[in-house]
Amino acid sequence: MKGRSLAIYSWLAFGYAFFYVPIVLLVVNSFNASRIGSHWGGFSLHWYQQLLDDPQILAAAWLSLRVAFISACGATLIGGCAGLALGRFGVFRGRMALTGMVAAPLVMPEIITGLSLLLLFVALKSLTGWPESRGFTTITIAHITFCMSYVAVVVQARVATLDFSLEEAAMDLGGRPFRVLLDITLPGIAPALLSGWLLSFTLSLDDLVISSFVSGPGANTLPMLIFSKVKLGVTPDINALASIIIAVVTAGVVIAGVLMLRAERKRVAQRP
Amino acid sequence: MPSGVPVIRTEGLCKSFAGQPAVNGVSFGVEAAEVFVILGGSGCGKTTLLRMLAGFETPDAGAIYLDGVDITHMPPYERPVNMMFQSYALFPHMSVADNVAYGLRKEGVPRAELRARIKEMLELVQLSGFDARKPDQLSGGQRQRVALARALVKRPRVLLLDEPLAALDKKLREQTQFELMNLQDRLGTSFVVVTHDQEEAMTLASRIAVMDKGRFLQVASPQEIYEYPCSRFVAEFVGTANIFGGHVSGVSDQVVSLTADSIASPLLGALHSGVAAGDQAWLAVRPEKIQLGKEAPEAQAGRCVLTGVVQDLAYYGGRSVYRVRLDGGHTVLVSAQNRLRSPTRKLEWDESVYLFWEAQAGVVLTQ
Repeated sequence: MKGRSLAIYSWLAFGYAFFYVPIVLLVVNSFNASRIGSHWGGFSLHWYQQLLDDPQILAAAWLSLRVAFISACGATLIGGCAGLALGRFGVFRGRMALTGMVAAPLVMPEIITGLSLLLLFVALKSLTGWPESRGFTTITIAHITFCMSYVAVVVQARVATLDFSLEEAAMDLGGRPFRVLLDITLPGIAPALLSGWLLSFTLSLDDLVISSFVSGPGANTLPMLIFSKVKLGVTPDINALASIIIAVVTAGVVIAGVLMLRAERKRVAQRP
Repeated sequence: MPSGVPVIRTEGLCKSFAGQPAVNGVSFGVEAAEVFVILGGSGCGKTTLLRMLAGFETPDAGAIYLDGVDITHMPPYERPVNMMFQSYALFPHMSVADNVAYGLRKEGVPRAELRARIKEMLELVQLSGFDARKPDQLSGGQRQRVALARALVKRPRVLLLDEPLAALDKKLREQTQFELMNLQDRLGTSFVVVTHDQEEAMTLASRIAVMDKGRFLQVASPQEIYEYPCSRFVAEFVGTANIFGGHVSGVSDQVVSLTADSIASPLLGALHSGVAAGDQAWLAVRPEKIQLGKEAPEAQAGRCVLTGVVQDLAYYGGRSVYRVRLDGGHTVLVSAQNRLRSPTRKLEWDESVYLFWEAQAGVVLTQ
């Protein structure tokens, strides 16, 4: 009995170590005064200071955040509509085509998506003169394209669980179709829209391949910048940058968890 | 009380889904303050019919008139008809008060009047003080009353109810049934109720329509449906009936005698619809209209006497149900009130008994 539980705990420890040791190493190293990762040169905030003084990194981070925010909003709007249509309207003309188009970016290798979008922008420019140069706009359009598929899938799944009679009841009480959409359907799929938005934001922030294809001179997103820097050898200020991102993400997850737990407790407490 | 002028009226409504007729030529009218119950098994088309009245389905043929105005193609949000859904369909993200207010807000009712009407409505369904609760903080019975309040607060000409009591447990259902009838009495709104539960139909209805395969088989008062069903289907669907098939051997003085296969003596029943000697016919007799005895009953004109053996008996407290096997092989259900605490002449298993009924108790059916 004792031996068995020891084995189980070892496995557990190994599992957690597998997940967290790399992250811990990275965070520890970001405070390492020494330039060499394997040697502890004392505690220092030097790399954070260097990071904040680097205008290139700050510009890339700002660009990435703007792209992620706008793509997430755009993808939620378009993907939400697509998910609603697929989940609610049953059989309609062109349903197969829509299903295929929504699924395509999910199954297509990123490198192909990136390449085809690049070709599109090049062709567009030679035909219409727009976009003049590739950068913020083209990256955002590309991100919306693949993020909306994820939103559509999440929203469609949520719509399928909604009770259609709620909308019928609202209509029966005098709500016109568009009002019913706002009053009843939107609150119903709000959780899916929120998780779709967050998913899109994360995916956009994380994307390297597609961004690399559709970006132009001077427009570097954070992943692109980090990747190009790493090619020249990892510098400790990248560790500092990564630690900041980890801190932000952890804070976000913890806050969301606490809020959800609180809402759940409140709901349970008020139940008759 | 019924005034003779229909509030809502349909003419030859038809609706098919993928070539399968769900509703097939239904015409009826519901009068003011009437409770019209559509009774049928699952898949008989009753819900489709109700959804057409509410405007959620467009009929393939036929028309619906409300106060004489054709509303067949009017969208649901313009119809002065409201529906109470089987699932109640309460808006989960709104409080009780907001749920009830929804319809009035869409109408643009001024704020002061809105508040007064919600208060009045919640009082009527005994939910005062529950305004701020969310639907998932209510019990099943309370939810049902919110759904009712939400539909009634718009003061509809006709209230449509889809299985209004199906989601409640038995005790609560009986109580709610009476509350519903009280409310209907006070408001005078016409109700169209759809149900598969014949007990619910009998207690609620001023008139029942028995529906099967998209058609109305019989439309009549509960008493008439029970005592004078028009077909074997109706007789067996509403309550329990013993049905004997045979041929008419004689018609005289409102009494029809029927010769059934493997039953020696002729069976007697009251004349309901026109039959002639030689016709194929069925006799339906309700279990509680048959009497049982150990001794042969006195022979009387118009009394039908058979013999058999008690095969099975079930004691329900207030009454007992006997399953009697006739000498010819038929099995007949007989229900008897247990009037005495310890009947002196109890019937037991395998006992030979006489069964008898008066001709008036049986109904002769031709279909």
